[in-house]
Amino acid sequence: MKSSISPLASRRVALALALFVAAMLVLPLFAGNYVVSILVVVLFSAYVGQAWNLMMGYAGQLSLGHALYVGLGAYVSSGLFVHYGLPPWIGMLAGMAVAGLAGIAIAALSFRFGVTGVYFALLTIAFAEFTRIAFNHFGWVGGSSGLYLPVVTLTHDDIVHLRGSPRMFYYVLLALTLAALALSHLLLGQRIGFYWRAIREDQEAAQAAGIDVFRYKIAAAALSATMTAIAGTLMAFYDNNLYPDTTFGIGRSIDIITAPIIGGLGTLFGPILGAFVLTTLSETMTSLSASLGVNGLKQWIYGAALLVIVMLQPAGLWPWFKTFLRLDEERR
Amino acid sequence: MSVRPLLEVEGISKRFGGLQAVDEVSFGVPHGTIVALIGPNGAGKTTIFNLIAGALRCDTGAVRLDGVDIVGLRPDLACGAGIARTFQVVRPFSTLTVLDNVMVGAFKRTRSTVTAHRTAWQILERLGLADKAGTTAMSLTLPERKRLEVARALATRPKLLLLDEVMAGLRPAEIDVTVKIFAELSREMELAILLTEHVMRAVMALSHHIVVVHHGQKICEGPPEMVARDPQVIACYLGAAPTGT
Repeated sequence: MKSSISPLASRRVALALALFVAAMLVLPLFAGNYVVSILVVVLFSAYVGQAWNLMMGYAGQLSLGHALYVGLGAYVSSGLFVHYGLPPWIGMLAGMAVAGLAGIAIAALSFRFGVTGVYFALLTIAFAEFTRIAFNHFGWVGGSSGLYLPVVTLTHDDIVHLRGSPRMFYYVLLALTLAALALSHLLLGQRIGFYWRAIREDQEAAQAAGIDVFRYKIAAAALSATMTAIAGTLMAFYDNNLYPDTTFGIGRSIDIITAPIIGGLGTLFGPILGAFVLTTLSETMTSLSASLGVNGLKQWIYGAALLVIVMLQPAGLWPWFKTFLRLDEERR
Repeated sequence: MSVRPLLEVEGISKRFGGLQAVDEVSFGVPHGTIVALIGPNGAGKTTIFNLIAGALRCDTGAVRLDGVDIVGLRPDLACGAGIARTFQVVRPFSTLTVLDNVMVGAFKRTRSTVTAHRTAWQILERLGLADKAGTTAMSLTLPERKRLEVARALATRPKLLLLDEVMAGLRPAEIDVTVKIFAELSREMELAILLTEHVMRAVMALSHHIVVVHHGQKICEGPPEMVARDPQVIACYLGAAPTGT
């Protein structure tokens, strides 16, 4: 009898995953720049969604301020690059450290003083907002007028300095998404994964079963924040510009959590599926709105679609999708 | 008592606002024995459990496990020290499978998933839950959930197991089976058990020693036959019935 959290034990799931990876690897060879640039957005969302899902879906700690960690990863690496010419991969490490420490500080402050549940969620929004306002007045990274990365025209992709085509970012993000998937799968089979899920279900019972609840909640927050910061660095070097209001804004935090919720909270593949469905839907609606010349049509249909999904599949799309593809037949 | 008991409770008190929930209660649980803590509803039994397991901190008094003071120890550390508990209102990890629930407990003594898996299986088989291993805890019946609570607690390899009304709601035949399992577990694993119970059939069959509390105070303690005949106990708890069994 396998434990419930090992979906890869099913041969069908493993096969479906292998096909998916193969398709994603060859897709940019055939697809045009437009499709690749949309897939970059999909993978960004899938990766960050997985990072958030570790904290909320598994450890049960609701963060509504994950834009904070995207922003710290983005600003730290960009600032170091613009001012000191530090390569982005090293700046990324610095960003991860800063974001990880911020995640630990926020979680430790709240959990030490018994701030949990929705109050913890409010606190995460507050910290993201403080930081947004602070960065609007932080001259070293341009304040409210933004930070711009020098754009150079290259004949080839320079992965060391993260300068290049959407295709390069696509492969970097694909690798990250798969790495996050592997890491999630690995951790869930370990003691820490069992402990996170126990804490999510019932903190008091978890503590009575011998779990140092505080420590494992901090670990979830630290890991999630650190992983999220990586995406921030990539976003900064892809977009080449940063504004505090969009980078740290609540809108980005909401975008981050929508894909994993729609895909299926606390499922391994939910964040990835959710990212594909939502980004595709959003892009289709944008071009539809544009071609019909109706402003705001996108928001209407996108909102209605979210409503329908949430009403029909409150546990997310993945459980339904899995049954639809008959991926769970081998489960006992 | 010549040998020092595993658990020593010495004059513990706990006050909630105007209510003296526990008042200077003392008793001991020797190694490998089964002690019952009985008393009417609201007598302070669950509060005493919470004080021992670290969920509450006593105002005065001492609690020692193997001679070591454990007052103020966090519940997870109390668990590490060897005290496992069940909750009167069951608290399984609902969306986890039965096996995963018990593995969470087993991870207290090992980092290895393989070892935790093996320990959990053994305990599930011992408690007759092996055929439910793959189902989620929320789809169990109430008696099964109570057994799951016990399994999860046992998986932490305790020296002392605190059972808070695990027989409530069971049919007489199920009670007899459960009583037999606990008696065997206690013998096999040298496990001391402290239990609260309203089901007198189980208390009388299982315990070596009974402690009776009323309004937060200990009013009597002794072997089952003696407690059942104590006039004070009969008056306050067993009612006016001529026999206690």
